Amino acid sequence: MREKAMAKMPSHKLGKKILRQRYLLLMLLPAVLWVILFCYAPMVGLYMGFVNFKPTLGNFWKTLFSSEFVGLQWFKYFFSGNDFWIVMRNTLVSSGLTLIFGFIAPITIALLLNEVKNVRFKKAVQTASYLPYFVSWVIAANIITTLLSSSGAINSLLKALGLIDESILFLQEGKYFYWIIALSNTWKDMGYNSIIYLSAISAVNPELFEAATVDGASRWKQIWHVLLPGIKPTIIIMLILSIGSLLNTGFDQFFLLGNSLTRNFSDVIDTYAYRYGIQKGMFSYASAVSLFKSVVAFILVFTVNKIAKKTENSHLF
Amino acid sequence: MVQKKGFRLSSVLIYAALSLLFIITFYPFWNIFVLSLNDATDSLRGGLMLWPRVFSIDSYKAVLSDTALLSSLRVTLLRTAVGVPLNLLAVTTLAYALSQRDLIGRRQINLLFVFTMYFSGGLIPTYMIVKWLGLIDNFLVYLLPGLYNVYWMILVRTYMEGLPYSMIESARIDGANDIQIFAKVVLPSCAPVVATIGLFSAIYHWNAWYDSYIYTNKPALETLSNTLVKILNQYQTGAMMTQAQQMAASAKRLPVSSESIRMTVTMVTTIPIILVYPFVQKYFIKGMMLGSVKE
Repeated sequence: MREKAMAKMPSHKLGKKILRQRYLLLMLLPAVLWVILFCYAPMVGLYMGFVNFKPTLGNFWKTLFSSEFVGLQWFKYFFSGNDFWIVMRNTLVSSGLTLIFGFIAPITIALLLNEVKNVRFKKAVQTASYLPYFVSWVIAANIITTLLSSSGAINSLLKALGLIDESILFLQEGKYFYWIIALSNTWKDMGYNSIIYLSAISAVNPELFEAATVDGASRWKQIWHVLLPGIKPTIIIMLILSIGSLLNTGFDQFFLLGNSLTRNFSDVIDTYAYRYGIQKGMFSYASAVSLFKSVVAFILVFTVNKIAKKTENSHLF
Repeated sequence: MVQKKGFRLSSVLIYAALSLLFIITFYPFWNIFVLSLNDATDSLRGGLMLWPRVFSIDSYKAVLSDTALLSSLRVTLLRTAVGVPLNLLAVTTLAYALSQRDLIGRRQINLLFVFTMYFSGGLIPTYMIVKWLGLIDNFLVYLLPGLYNVYWMILVRTYMEGLPYSMIESARIDGANDIQIFAKVVLPSCAPVVATIGLFSAIYHWNAWYDSYIYTNKPALETLSNTLVKILNQYQTGAMMTQAQQMAASAKRLPVSSESIRMTVTMVTTIPIILVYPFVQKYFIKGMMLGSVKE
């Protein structure tokens, strides 16, 4: 209602308001300039996907708008080729696996931590489990590469347990790649993501547990009948949100852990667009590919947020 | 009493599972640390190590006397030192303006920023804009594209909106303008959230490699994480060698191998994060909580 009343304000009142808010507007000015230059200008630049852009030494915008318009040619090229199916499969399988592990692990961790009474032990486990979240993928990829190398810790462990005789070259064989990505993603985020469930658990009304204890319910029964229903809304919201980001696989882990030997399994939309755009100089084609991804990802996130909003009645925008 | 016994077994299982979690998340870091301090030739033997078998700090000596590496460390320190205050200034001023309920066009401006969280121009057009702005091979490319961050802005704005309105109102009645209110009243009350995003920003700058990797070619502008990416790329090419070939290569008995250099640079990049991490942990958890109640 207030917004509507403001819109109907006479112009001299608006002028006064601008004058009164001049310092606020001064604070906004650089931010608006920034968002136009670094966020909206690239969106306009997505027009590259509809033209035959040939980089010249001249001004980008001039070159862009004088380039030959080719319509949906680049999109057709992408969809008709074999690459489309490969990168879509890689994207969906690795995020699907990540979704499964990355969804179950934090809930399990939170439930386990909640049962621990020893404060120092709890603190130590939490501190260690959040750590991978804070290091970059560059560090994580170096660590994972080392662990999985032929003389690395994982091969040594498997040999010591008598499970294998010869080292497995994990990162050189495509068949392991999805699992490596899913487990690495989970390793990195599970501890940190458990925080949200721990806070949901602490928000469950303690009187419910007291009542359950009085009724003679065992701890397991309390967890099953009181705790899990209590955090169910959080679980559902987190699940819906992770479905929304299925296409946003991330770039770093695929780029850093993948190599030419595993390309058929490690190439996702983002790394594909990078290779064609930056390395091969096919700017228009790469733009079309990433525009396709951005649009589908946007629709997915938007729809999913709407559903989440309906479920929980909580704003995510 | 009977019940308590049953509980003890599950208690053992719980502690065992969480100990395993501790090992899974902590050992990989320890493994790198041990390898960076182990003799390079000995490391090739492999095996699970809890402690260096043949202690050596040669690779640290080699890394810390390498001019290219020291240069990239300097670039990273510089961009962190300059980038964090800039991020804080940018994000808090924007958050303050948008936290004012009667701001002209508040909803529209807010949407202008929030939309960018869900849709972006993507890699190639962004590259073209950065190039158009003359930021290729320019130190400013580390500061300007990441100057504002909408997610951090929402965290700060939410916090500011939770401050007592009477506090701002009484300052306004005393004749303070918005800049004075922001600097003297609002900002000091926002210390926890400012600390949180300050740490987010510091970690962002410390970890950044992508901008250095694609927007710069000059070695003098290379960041530490970018150097580490290049070392990893070299390693992956080398990993196609067999173990026997690696052994043969190290038969020259160099005190350091490219592998121990990689471990050491990884460690040098990780140590600052591990050192500040226990102190910042609670702020991050706070940030996570704030994030879950976005608007």
